[in-house]
Amino acid sequence: MTAEDSTFAVLGVLGDDVRRRLYRHVAAAPGEVGRDAAAEAVGISRSLAAFHLDKLVEAGLLTVSFRRLSGRTGPGAGRPAKVYRRAEGEHAVSVPPRSYDAVGRLLAEVVENAGLDRELQAAAKAAGAAHPDAAADDLIEVLRARGYQPFWDGETLRLHNCPFRALAEDFPALVCGMNLALLEGLAPEQWSPTMDPCPGGCCVALSKNKNH
Amino acid sequence: MTGFHLAQVNIGRIIAPLDGPELADFVAQLPEINELAERSPGFVWRMVDDEGEDATSFRPDENDDMLLINCSVWESVEALRNFTYHTGHLRVLSRRREWFHRVTEAHQALWWIPTGHRPSIAEAMERVARVREHGPGPLAFTFRDPYPAPAGAAQA
Repeated sequence: MTAEDSTFAVLGVLGDDVRRRLYRHVAAAPGEVGRDAAAEAVGISRSLAAFHLDKLVEAGLLTVSFRRLSGRTGPGAGRPAKVYRRAEGEHAVSVPPRSYDAVGRLLAEVVENAGLDRELQAAAKAAGAAHPDAAADDLIEVLRARGYQPFWDGETLRLHNCPFRALAEDFPALVCGMNLALLEGLAPEQWSPTMDPCPGGCCVALSKNKNH
Repeated sequence: MTGFHLAQVNIGRIIAPLDGPELADFVAQLPEINELAERSPGFVWRMVDDEGEDATSFRPDENDDMLLINCSVWESVEALRNFTYHTGHLRVLSRRREWFHRVTEAHQALWWIPTGHRPSIAEAMERVARVREHGPGPLAFTFRDPYPAPAGAAQA
């Protein structure tokens, strides 16, 4: 099986609607998700959720660990429950084959070596502002549609996923600076995006201005 | 506990004098960023000048009064990487081109030192020169090509 074949196989697992909804729920959650919570979120029985969650684990899309959900330890605390979270790897497939990741890496390297951070940030900000969804009422939905997976952390809106993860790991200053500028362009003016990395997620956090 | 810590140096040419308006935002953020480094897991030491707050009065190249040096010691590459790229330090890093010229040659180096050692400016500059001349190696490397700490204390 080629790498492309295995990607098709992985994505095929997500062809099932229930499985896809479960995957989306777990992947967007800031922490681990238990079977009961996942079943409830998707509106299916616990045993059906367990079946599909384990299919997602088999495919490598989720990882599983065991935790006592009661918070108690020691004898009588009960058996640890299975909890699920999004797996680290990423799968992309293009039909017909295209390699935008290779192009992205090459371009990023040239832009970084040329010291064009500010030019990139200006372009990103303009692209964010020019997007049809810019200044939309429901920023959270706009961010979700772009893959950021927003969640509230108190008064702060954090982003559970970095849509530019692979490039951001290799070119953090360049790509995270670009991402911040993009979100500055995209977010309506009552929002303030700032650089405030959250573990495993996006470098940008957003808060609502007090005067709105 | 390996008996080794990771030393780090980076140098940068500022685009204007430190006390001018161009660098004001950078200078204003230094205390906060330095404090953030000191609070970060795995921080061991950072180089400070006679003022005792940061290293901005050091000029590692006497022929270049715009060249600044930043040097610190960490428990591991991971600890340094976390501070550099996964904290508020990233905010300053993403604005680097507002304050620093682009350098075409290598401008940073990482290397392993015996625990307790404090690198000097000359030592740090020698490691940068080593990356420039030979590329990354066990004696001076980069985040892109990290090398593990020496296995035995004798190799220090």
